[in-house]
Amino acid sequence: MNDMTPSLAAPMLHARGISKFFPGTIALDDVELVLHAGEVHALLGENGAGKSTLIKCLTGAYRRDGGVIILDGAEVAPESTAASQKLGIGTVYQEVNLLPNLTVAENLFLGRQPMRGPFLARRKMNAEARDVLASYGLDIDPAEPLSAYSVAIQQVVAIARAVEMSGKVLILDEPTASLDRDEVALLFGVIRQLTARGLAVVFVTHFLDQVFEISDRATILRNGRIVDSCIIRDVTQRDVVTMMLGRQLESRVERKTVAPAGKALVEFKGLTKRGMIEPFDLTVHEGEVVGLAGLLGSGRSETCNLIFGVVAADEGETHLRGQPVSINRPRDAVAQRFALCPEDRKVDGIVGDLSVRDNIIIALQARQGWMKPIPRAKVQEIAERYVRALDIRLASLDMPIRLLSGGNQQKALLARWLATNPDFLILDEPTRGIDVGAHAEIIALIDQLRADGMALLVASSELEELVAYSTRVIVLRDRKQVGELNGDEITPDNIVRAIADEKEDA
Amino acid sequence: MIRATHLPLLVTLGTFVLAYALCGYAYPAMLSTRVIANLLTDNAFIGIAAVGMTFVILSGGIDLSIGSIIAFTGVFLAVILRDTSLHPLVAFAIVLALTTCFGAAMGATIHYLEMPPFIVTLAGMFLARGAAYVLSTESVPITHEFYDTLQGLYWKVDGARFRLIGGVMVLTFIAGILIAHRTRFGQNVYALGGGEQAAKLMGVPVAQTTIGIYALSGGLAGLSGIVFSLYTSAGYSLATVGVELDAIAAVVIGGTLLTGGYGFVAGTFFGILIMGLIQTYIVFDGTLSSWWTKIVIGGLLFAFILLQKGLMWATQAKAGQAKRKKATGFAAHS
Repeated sequence: MNDMTPSLAAPMLHARGISKFFPGTIALDDVELVLHAGEVHALLGENGAGKSTLIKCLTGAYRRDGGVIILDGAEVAPESTAASQKLGIGTVYQEVNLLPNLTVAENLFLGRQPMRGPFLARRKMNAEARDVLASYGLDIDPAEPLSAYSVAIQQVVAIARAVEMSGKVLILDEPTASLDRDEVALLFGVIRQLTARGLAVVFVTHFLDQVFEISDRATILRNGRIVDSCIIRDVTQRDVVTMMLGRQLESRVERKTVAPAGKALVEFKGLTKRGMIEPFDLTVHEGEVVGLAGLLGSGRSETCNLIFGVVAADEGETHLRGQPVSINRPRDAVAQRFALCPEDRKVDGIVGDLSVRDNIIIALQARQGWMKPIPRAKVQEIAERYVRALDIRLASLDMPIRLLSGGNQQKALLARWLATNPDFLILDEPTRGIDVGAHAEIIALIDQLRADGMALLVASSELEELVAYSTRVIVLRDRKQVGELNGDEITPDNIVRAIADEKEDA
Repeated sequence: MIRATHLPLLVTLGTFVLAYALCGYAYPAMLSTRVIANLLTDNAFIGIAAVGMTFVILSGGIDLSIGSIIAFTGVFLAVILRDTSLHPLVAFAIVLALTTCFGAAMGATIHYLEMPPFIVTLAGMFLARGAAYVLSTESVPITHEFYDTLQGLYWKVDGARFRLIGGVMVLTFIAGILIAHRTRFGQNVYALGGGEQAAKLMGVPVAQTTIGIYALSGGLAGLSGIVFSLYTSAGYSLATVGVELDAIAAVVIGGTLLTGGYGFVAGTFFGILIMGLIQTYIVFDGTLSSWWTKIVIGGLLFAFILLQKGLMWATQAKAGQAKRKKATGFAAHS
C-alpha cells in the first residue's frame, strides 16, 4: 500500500459526469470516479446502484450517454471491451471469463501467442507463461488445462491476462464471491503486488470486511448517483453501510401500531444448506410480517428459497401448525399453501409471452393438477377479481405480461400467488425496480394481507420499507441470523447498526 | 504426459488396436499390408471430409451439407469434363473455390443471422443436392487421360498398392493436425468450442473464425468429392447420401466431444480406420450381412457417448466436491 495523497498526483483515470439512460430510468446520473496509480479503489452500492453500469461504461461494453473519461492524461472513448483493453483498462469478472478447455498458457496468450513462422511456438509460450505466473506467486504447470485448477487460481490467471494485456487500470468485479479465506488472501497478495507496480485497481464487492482490508479509497453509489467518495482509513463500516442503504426517507415512514400476532403457523428448526445459509430457527405467526434485512449476499434470498424448497435443505425440520412437514421442492411447499414471489421476476417469475390471465392462473392450475382444467369462465373471473383488487393497469387480460410495467408485473405475480389463497406468503424483494406509486401500493397490500391474518415473510434491501410493514425484523449478515428487532426497536438506524454490527454499540 | 483431455483419444487408439488384433486373430490375412493399403484407399474420401467435420464439431457446430457437396462435386467434374475441354486440374480449382465459398456463405449465415448451424447446413444440404440433380440426374462416367494417370499412381510396398487418394487423405490429416494444434486459427476454433461468450470477451475474431471453419469444411468436402470421383470414375447426384452422418460418427468415435472444445484431429483418423476395419471384417467373414457394419458402428457410437458422459460426470463430481469445500470454508470466514 502507499500513502499517496490523492490530490497531489494526476489521476490515472478520471471519469467525469458519466451518465447513462435506459428507457424509463436513469442508470447513472453525473457520476465521477477518480482513480490514482497504485491505489485500490472500492466501488460500493446495493444492487441497482449503478456499479456494473459504471464499469460497463468504463470498459466500453455500454456506450455512455454523457461524460468524459480521461485515462493517463488523454481523453478516451472505448467502443468495445477489446478497445478498452488495448487502451489499458482490463476487467476480471466474478464468473471467470476464460476457456476451461484450453491450457493455462493458451488462455494467457490467446490472440497474441508467440509464433515461429506460421506455427505457434508452444514451448516458448509455456515457458513465458510459467515466468508470468511465477511473478504472481503461482507455481503451476501452464500446459495443464485451466479446468484442472481451482477458481482462485483461474481468477489469478484471468488477472494476469488482463494485466499483461492492459496494464494501467484493473477492474475486479466481485472477484472474491466464490473464494474461501486462503484464496482471498492469495488474491489480495496479488492485488497488493499490482498496486506496488503502479496499477490502479477498482474493487467491486459486497464484503465490507474485504473492502476495509484491501482498499485505500471507496466510492459509494446509490440509485445511480454518487453518495460519497471517501478515504477508507477515515470511515467506519457503519458509515459505509449507512451511505449504501441511505435513510433520507426516514421522516416519511409511518409505523403503525399493529395488533399482536396470532398463533404460530410455521416453525423452522435448524434449517441449513451448506455454502448457502447457516442453520437458523424461525417462527412465523398468523397475522405477522417478518422482515428479512441484510446486505446483498447476506442470505436473504437464500433463506426464502430454502424455506420454499427451491433448494433442498441439508438439515433441519419444518413444522406447520405443530405438525412436521417435509418440503424438498416447490411443489411440496405449494401443496402446504406456501407461496413465493421470487426476487428476479424476469427470470424466475413471469412467463413473458403468456397473457396476463394465464400468468395469474398458472400457480392455481398447477396446484389443481393439469388434468383438471379450471373452467374458462372461472379463470376469467379470478383474473378480473385480482386485476381489480390490486389495481393492475392493463389494456386487456390477453396482452403478453412482458408488455406491462415493472410494478404491474409485480402485482400480477402477487395476484398469481394470492389466487392460490396461501396461508404463508414469502416475498423476496417485492418492490425491486418499480416506481414510487406502485411501491406504496404494494406496502399497503402487504399490510392488508397481514391484517387479514396471513403469515408473511418479506426480504428487502429497502430499510424504510421494512420498517413500514414489519412486525418483526430478522437481520442477516454473512449468511447468518445476527439479530432480531421487535416493535419500537424497528428503525432504519437500528437495522443499520445490526447489519454493521459495531461492537461498541452492542 | 497423460492428461484427462487425452483420455478419449487414448480410448480410441486402444479400441483400434484391440479391434485390429481381434480381426488379425480371426483372419490372419487381415494383417497384410494389402488390407491396410485398401483401408486407406477405400476410406479416403470420407476421411478427408471428416477432417473438416472435426473442425466444425470442435467449434461446437455441425455440418450436414458435406455428403451433398461431395455428390455435387462429382457431378460437376463429370459434366465439365464431358462438355468442355477444360483440364481436370482447372476443374478441380474451380470446384474447390465453389465449395469453399459455399461453406463460407453458410458460416457467414450462421454467424451474422445467429442461426443454428444445424438449420443452415441442412439448407445447404438440400441446396447442394438439388444443384447436383440440376446438372444431371444420371450417373455421368468420367473418361479423361489425366484421371487414368492419377488413378494409376501408387506406391508399392510388399505387393500392396498405396494409391494416390489414400496419400491425399493422410496429407489432409497431417495438415489438419497442424492447423488445429499449431496455428492461431486452430486455437480460435477450440476457443469457440469452449465458450463463445468468453472467447468474444477474450478478443477472438468470432466472425472470421466461424466463416473460416465452415469454409474449411466446405473446401474439404470439395476435395473429398474430387477424391470420390477418382475412386469411382463417375459423378452421380444420388451418391454419398448420409456421408455427413458417417463423418460425424467417425469424429465422435475419434474422441471429440459433440458439444465442442475437446478433441483431436488425429482421433478422427483412428475413428475412420475403426469404421473401415469393421467393414473389412464383414467382407472377410462373408456370411454376415453388410448391415452389421451399421449395427456395430451404432453400438460403438453409443459406447463412446457413454464414455464421454462418464468422463464429464467424473470431472464435475470432482469440481463439485472442491466447490462444496470452498463454500463451507467461506461460510466459516469473517
